[in-house]
Amino acid sequence: MYVKVSFKLNGEDVTVDVEPNEILLDTLRLKLGIKSVKRGCERAECGACTVLLNGSPVYSCTLLTVQIDGMEVRTLEGIQDTPEVKALVSKFVEAGAVQCGFCTPGFIVTAYALIKKGVEPTPENIKKALEGNICRCTGYKKIIEAVTKAVESIK
Amino acid sequence: MFYRIPKFNYYRASTLNEALDLVSSLNDFKVLAGGTDLVIDLKVRRYTVKNVVDISRIKELDYIADDGDRVRIGALTKLQSIADSPIIREKAPVLADAVREMASWQIRNVATIGGNLCNASPAADTAPPLYVLNATLRLVSKEGEREVPITEFFLGPRKTALRSRELLKEIVIPHEPDCGASFLKLGRRNSFTLSVVAVATLVKVDKNKFADVRIALNSVAPTPVRARKAEECLKGKEISLNNITEAAKLVLHDISPISDVRASAEYRKDMSVVLTRDSLIKSLERVGIKV
Ligand SMILES: Cc1cc2nc3c(=O)[nH]c(=O)nc-3n(C[C@H](O)[C@H](O)[C@H](O)COP(=O)(O)OP(=O)(O)OC[C@H]3O[C@@H](n4cnc5c(N)ncnc54)[C@H](O)[C@@H]3O)c2cc1C
Ligand code: FES
Ligand code: FES
Repeated sequence: MYVKVSFKLNGEDVTVDVEPNEILLDTLRLKLGIKSVKRGCERAECGACTVLLNGSPVYSCTLLTVQIDGMEVRTLEGIQDTPEVKALVSKFVEAGAVQCGFCTPGFIVTAYALIKKGVEPTPENIKKALEGNICRCTGYKKIIEAVTKAVESIK
Repeated sequence: MFYRIPKFNYYRASTLNEALDLVSSLNDFKVLAGGTDLVIDLKVRRYTVKNVVDISRIKELDYIADDGDRVRIGALTKLQSIADSPIIREKAPVLADAVREMASWQIRNVATIGGNLCNASPAADTAPPLYVLNATLRLVSKEGEREVPITEFFLGPRKTALRSRELLKEIVIPHEPDCGASFLKLGRRNSFTLSVVAVATLVKVDKNKFADVRIALNSVAPTPVRARKAEECLKGKEISLNNITEAAKLVLHDISPISDVRASAEYRKDMSVVLTRDSLIKSLERVGIKV
């Protein structure tokens, strides 16, 4: 059983034929060439696969592609030229918030959503928003510092 | 790719009627709300099913309605919408507190309250607050609707009072002013984790006495439980730290924890007592009483 699924990906209309058991992570990586979306745990526990669905961060590894028919998906590729992401990237570099980098796209996408939501960037709020993104290298301190500075620099 | 989900047929319902038609005509199916439990269960093959009925698009089941003397939450309301809702914060703040601590932002944006209840995990975090709020669940099938008090909904791990072709429609929470309630969750770490034990308590006071007390716990029995013995012990008693501490010990009568990957049974017992005491103290603080 194949199902036609149409959605907006980074501003462009796309249509894919998928089996109902296909997860969005696979559709993005294997069919649509989106490589910022990482395959980590594949069970909603790490955040490396985070994308924006209708503007909100979600895990693409536990969403069936058929579930998102008609919705809008944005990945890091689609937001990289925004002032928010530019600020985040430069502050991540400055703070040393990137080591192996595997978790970084997920963190940037979630932090972008946090900024867009207008949440006050207290350390508590930043930690709360980023609790679903795991980093095995940096120890989080620098990530929180980078996000805080990025928010300040945009203001 | 670690996981490959076995093939299934996919059906999408856009209205409640469509969903009821589908679940009454199909065999060997599961309904899919946010899928944050189900998709993983399909991946690890806890369930294998022939048919999946996607109910996540049913807009008429996604709402938080304030009827004055009660609040109604549609089964497909997202956890994040509940955490952010001014209605819930005002009329059932203990539910907002519990939901805010569930899973992660990414999961709360997809997961529904109905999915949390129907999945019937002993660790379901929406259960203790809904137990102390005396919530009722409205279930619907082709045959009609019926109401079940939440304390009668869970029958065991992954077992509920839902009949095979029945869906959860909404959660009804009576609004009780003049009560204080709180939720405390202990996990293996501070966030993004299932509970070792979680406790919700609700108190009503009359001068310096307990007029009403409700206590509920998760992860310490096959289903979430009310701690009736401890509740009865406090009702009518004077509010004091000693009375609270003594009553909290009685939660052991209503729980039967097991040892698992998250904690040992002994630790769960000890922590159930401590969290019950602390939650009662916090609930009293919310009605302006310091013990
Ligand atoms: C990493 C991780 C962390 C988590 N943390 C927590 C946590 O801290 N606390 C917690 O309590 N849970 C937690 N969960 C579990 C899960 O996210 C919640 O239980 C969630 O609310 C499930 O909702 P859903 O809409 O995704 O359900 P689904 O997966 O879509 O459905 C769950 C089950 O309920 C059935 N169902 C759903 N809706 C209905 C309905 N309206 N009528 C009848 N049957 C229905 C489905 O058939 C399925 O069997 C976590 C999960 C993950 C993966
Ligand atoms: S790969 Fe999706 S959360 Fe880990
Ligand atoms: S930088 Fe390596 S996991 Fe975060």
